[in-house]
Amino acid sequence: MKYWTFRMLKEKVSFQITKGWMQVFSIGLLLLIAFFILSLSSGSNWISPTQVFMQLSNMTDEHAFVIETLRLPRTLLAVLVGSALGISGLILQSIVRNPLASPDIIGITSGASFGAVLFISVGTGVVSMSLLPFAAISGGLITATFIYLISWNKGVTPIRLVLIGIGISAILKAGVTFLLVFSDTYVVSKAYIWLTGSLYAATWNDVTSLFWWIMIPLPILIILGRSMNVTELGDDVAISMGIKLQWQRLVFLGCAVILAASSAAYVGGIEFVGLMAPHLARRLVGKSFLGLIPITGIIGALLVVIADLIARTMFLPLDIPAGVFTAAIGAPFFIYLLYRNRNR
Amino acid sequence: MNGLQTKKLTLKYGDQPIIENLDFDIPIEKITVLVGANGSGKSTLLRSLARLLNPTSGEIFIDTQKLQDISTKQIAKKLAILPQGPVAPEGITVHQLVKQGRYPHQKWFQQWSKEDEELVEKALIATQLLPLKDRQVDALSGGQRQRAWIAMTLAQETPIILLDEPTTYLDMTHQIELLDFLFDLNREYKRTIVMVLHDLNLACRYADNLVAIHDKKVAVQGTPEEIVTTEMVKEIFNLDALIKADPYFGTPLCIPKGKGRRVK
Repeated sequence: MKYWTFRMLKEKVSFQITKGWMQVFSIGLLLLIAFFILSLSSGSNWISPTQVFMQLSNMTDEHAFVIETLRLPRTLLAVLVGSALGISGLILQSIVRNPLASPDIIGITSGASFGAVLFISVGTGVVSMSLLPFAAISGGLITATFIYLISWNKGVTPIRLVLIGIGISAILKAGVTFLLVFSDTYVVSKAYIWLTGSLYAATWNDVTSLFWWIMIPLPILIILGRSMNVTELGDDVAISMGIKLQWQRLVFLGCAVILAASSAAYVGGIEFVGLMAPHLARRLVGKSFLGLIPITGIIGALLVVIADLIARTMFLPLDIPAGVFTAAIGAPFFIYLLYRNRNR
Repeated sequence: MNGLQTKKLTLKYGDQPIIENLDFDIPIEKITVLVGANGSGKSTLLRSLARLLNPTSGEIFIDTQKLQDISTKQIAKKLAILPQGPVAPEGITVHQLVKQGRYPHQKWFQQWSKEDEELVEKALIATQLLPLKDRQVDALSGGQRQRAWIAMTLAQETPIILLDEPTTYLDMTHQIELLDFLFDLNREYKRTIVMVLHDLNLACRYADNLVAIHDKKVAVQGTPEEIVTTEMVKEIFNLDALIKADPYFGTPLCIPKGKGRRVK
């Protein structure tokens, strides 16, 4: 493997990048830009990429509404949601040291769903629906805290975290079904769209809010990220290297929850992205956690942008929730992973 | 006093006391080997010295400072432990593994200094793994794999190295190769080495300081030629044995009685 080493400011700053990583990063970024533009061009009427460029650089104002009000926020939201879910899955898989972990399987998404559905069924007509994201994020955070506390026994071990997460997730899904059965038809249809995960009617407000939520864990990940590589060598080795293991686990879990719950809050349950993106990234660039963060983000973004592009153009005039497509690829992928890991 | 010490150390596993009220010193720049019967608590003691296990009561001192009073990252610069049977993540290369040993010396914006590079290379050379550095750890033989982990602990550049049964799963050739390597490391680089070994004969050969753990205490401690006797083996291992001088090294050699073929 070819390395590039960077050393600056009299060795105060130093890091290493592999050539392979650079290649994957550039190709991934280019692909994302390509699909981003394609996504702006496509829809019920086709706008050529040149026109898209002209609109974006304010050289024309012909497509202002379609691009700047409808398609641009929607595509940006897809990018944000995809990278947040992907990175959340990456964090969880690293904490748990198991490629089968992801925010949907461990119960964070279910917590957010329960919070949101409870809010929709109780709050419709009572409180403003713009508060829905807070209900979902609180649901996710409360669930994660709960799972963490139950798993605690002189420290949290990954396997307890997963098993209790799966259990809590099942209870919450039952709770969601219960709420749906006892709610009005109007509420149920609204909740259903949210549950499957749709980017329909994305607004600039959603984009900026989600952006700021994602900005919370990002610096933490950059500063603490390298400790994750050590933790993957086992708890004993991590402690021996001077890592405060329980503290680290709590902080990273918090980051994963914020990423997953906030994206669930704005688009609902888009499943399996958190499972697939880190796995694909690892295939492409190997094990380094810090190196995986941007690649996982790009792949997650690509998955959601493409899923949403298919969902809203293939069955025109129907606008199908993007979550249907991520699940359609993700579920078989999950089975494949289970099959591959059957002997471990 | 430098090195490691315990004062009134009590370790419990659940409610079961493993080590009770132990006062015990580990001399610096020597090879100390802990021996004892299965379940005697020698690994537990070693793990507690490396803060992998919290004492129920009592204290551990490193260079006269209480272990609890120093930040875990500071300890990581003084003491490294190689746990028993570590498992490398799938697909990691030898070089990537050894690099992780530099963790306690790095910062998030300072991840690969000249010093890091040199010390990792030094560790790879010392363990004779330089030609294999781009191989995956899973693909190595048992002996090479163990050496890769030791290279990682070496890259940590600590004056004290603890090893929990480093020779487990290795054949005789690789056991000797590994212990010779640790011996050189001690004699040439003055590293303090503390390890748990199962084989009393190998322990006698390499240990400057032999520590026998029995009945939740250090039963006896000293140079092997002073302390290893028929009575000692009977008490510690409940085994009838004959002690002779090793014809090659002169260190004590323990010959168990019991059954077997007899040709003399």
